[in-house]
Amino acid sequence: MTIENVTPDLASEGTGVAGSPHPLPSRDTCEKVLEKMLLVRRFEERAGEMYAKAKIGGFLHLCIGEEATIVGATQALRDTDYLMSTYREHGQALARGTPSAEVMAELFGKATGCSGGRGGSMHLFDMKRRFLGGYGIVGGNLPLAAGVALASDYTGTDDATLCMFGDGATNQGTFGETMNFAALWSLPVVFMVINNQFGMGTALERHSAVTDLSQKSAGFGVPGARCDGMDLLDVHACVSTALEKARGDRVPQLVEAVTYRYRGHSMADPEEYRTKEEVEKWLGRDPIAAFSKRVVEEGVLGEEEVKRLDEDAMRAVDEAVKFADESPFPDLSSLYDDIYVIGDQVRRPYWSTDLRSPDTHRGEEERQAGEVAHELAELGSLHEPETDEQQREARARGEGG
Amino acid sequence: MPQMRYREALRLALREEMQADENVFLMGEDIGVFQGAFKVTQGLLQEFGEKRVRDTPISENTIVGMGVGAAMTGLRPVVEIMTVNFSLLALDQIVNCAASIRYMFGAQVSVPMVIRMPQGAGHQLGPTHSHSFEALYLHVPGLLVAVPSTAADAHGLLKAAIRDDNPVIFIEHETLYGRRGEVPENAEPINFGEAVVRREGSDVTIIGISRMAETALKGAEQLAAEHAIESEVIDPRTLRPLDLDTILESVRKTNRAVIVEEGWPHGGVGANMAALIQEQAFDWLDAPVARVAGGDVPMPYSKPLEQAAFPHEEHVVSAALSTFRDL
Ligand SMILES: Cc1ncc(C[n+]2csc(CCOP(=O)(O)OP(=O)(O)O)c2C)c(N)n1
Repeated sequence: MTIENVTPDLASEGTGVAGSPHPLPSRDTCEKVLEKMLLVRRFEERAGEMYAKAKIGGFLHLCIGEEATIVGATQALRDTDYLMSTYREHGQALARGTPSAEVMAELFGKATGCSGGRGGSMHLFDMKRRFLGGYGIVGGNLPLAAGVALASDYTGTDDATLCMFGDGATNQGTFGETMNFAALWSLPVVFMVINNQFGMGTALERHSAVTDLSQKSAGFGVPGARCDGMDLLDVHACVSTALEKARGDRVPQLVEAVTYRYRGHSMADPEEYRTKEEVEKWLGRDPIAAFSKRVVEEGVLGEEEVKRLDEDAMRAVDEAVKFADESPFPDLSSLYDDIYVIGDQVRRPYWSTDLRSPDTHRGEEERQAGEVAHELAELGSLHEPETDEQQREARARGEGG
Repeated sequence: MPQMRYREALRLALREEMQADENVFLMGEDIGVFQGAFKVTQGLLQEFGEKRVRDTPISENTIVGMGVGAAMTGLRPVVEIMTVNFSLLALDQIVNCAASIRYMFGAQVSVPMVIRMPQGAGHQLGPTHSHSFEALYLHVPGLLVAVPSTAADAHGLLKAAIRDDNPVIFIEHETLYGRRGEVPENAEPINFGEAVVRREGSDVTIIGISRMAETALKGAEQLAAEHAIESEVIDPRTLRPLDLDTILESVRKTNRAVIVEEGWPHGGVGANMAALIQEQAFDWLDAPVARVAGGDVPMPYSKPLEQAAFPHEEHVVSAALSTFRDL
């Protein structure tokens, strides 16, 4: 089937996967993708709970509802391909194979997290699995992805890069800039708009003059296609074709997956911009329920097996929470580590004006600063953070993005 | 020793590093067919071809961002931003990506890239084309900042910058491009964090940044000729890392310090350096640290106004004299 024109209006009566034109893949594949979608779902639910308990700080953006989009797309990647995402990227990391324990530990700010506790929920990273990050700046990852694709091309590999971002990001300057660059330089990159219909609280039709986002890149020389983001198989087919064109023909592609996020933009979102009915309607198209139903109906997996997969996912998430909980916070002495690559230019101790850094503070001769600086560092770390109660209140007020 | 212009020294460094390492490549607006807005990259497209000398669209933020992405995955991009003024469009990628990525992702990757760009006033280009932004970039942990003022330093520091595994903001100066200087044959890279004493003296320490190293030196000659004051002139050459040792050593000898920069005074390089000097050498100071900076205004176009809005040697002289006012 062609990838163009798959799903004109997904908000209306969803046909569900059963009506999908794509045949189910092998039993193993069905099991694997369902397992991944369930892991993402259960992980996100638990992360939400952990946030409410203030185990997790900052912002937390859940992807519940977008599982088919995430897993369908990442399944189309080779191990050697690169993936980049936004701050809503727990699912992407998990789908790419980053252990849920490391992802949860990162959310908890622990040293064992996949970014060493430096990045948090919005900045997951796993070089080993070529998951090149979560980025907190809307539209900020597009240029990076094109640069990665440039490196792949420059060094003569046939690696491709898949770069995911939200519908809101298509309004950033970097969107147009990067499309133009990618087409101009024939880069092996696929851009994927996860159109979950909102940029925070601003609905698609209120933030983008063109609402068929798959058309937004064409004027820059990047052909676009649209797929049903609630249908794993449709996403997979569409992204596979796009990757083929980007990799083989060196024509970068845009894929728009139309999906829906069932939770708020972040945990701080009172969701006053949409109706219950609308959410209900989309809940009727739950991508996991639909896929599960279909694999059972077609006799590929038994109901018991599906249940077992779900239980496995919950167990994995329990273990992830336990691991995260029991892991240590990063050592205070590591505060200044890894800002620079220490080498010929930057030799320890390099000069910094931050007097709390024992390593960088010199002039001991004058003031015996070593110990003072250590004390200051300790004091800084003891500085009262917000209490859980204060955090919860701030969250209830819907502060921040 | 061969004499060459500052821009030629930069070109030589680019050529040598491109010859030495396949993964070094250049990208920027008009650096290829047009040969560079300031002709730094002249001839390099012809020599290295389009794969390694890449003309880009006018998209600063994405140019830098692509450099970061390429650097994260094995290349060593040298990005040219036409002038420092336009780097404001790329601040997001410079600060949120280039400078942060290594730290934020737990040191799983590094960003070995160089962002070259010239700055400076004096060409009647008005407020949008005359900025000096070393203070802005100095502010950001994760970046290295070089401000070469001579041909030899331009050559040696650029070579070092390209070989370094950190993102480097490499600030050139539009006025200096045409200056001639000696560049030793087969010159080695110059380590960051090593200041040079351009003139020895025991009465006052004058620290000049970027083009102001030259202005400081002229001021020092005038101080010697007209006031019998012997200044020690220091060019830090890099601001991150900063060779504060050399500066402090000099201040402990002269007991006076003057810092000269072209950028704005508030939150400037001088403000920061004055704080460091008083923190580290308060007991040696005989006078408050003096600062000479650009006017606290958007750079005006009109020639007399513009000339009045950035430092000249007479400002250096009067600032130095002010440190002696109690004598
Ligand atoms: C440059 C920038 N501006 C604003 C924000 C605040 N912000 C965070 S997410 C968001 C909405 C983005 O919506 P979209 O791109 O559709 O992605 P989604 O959150 O729906 O996944 C906004 C405005 C930001 N992080 N970065």
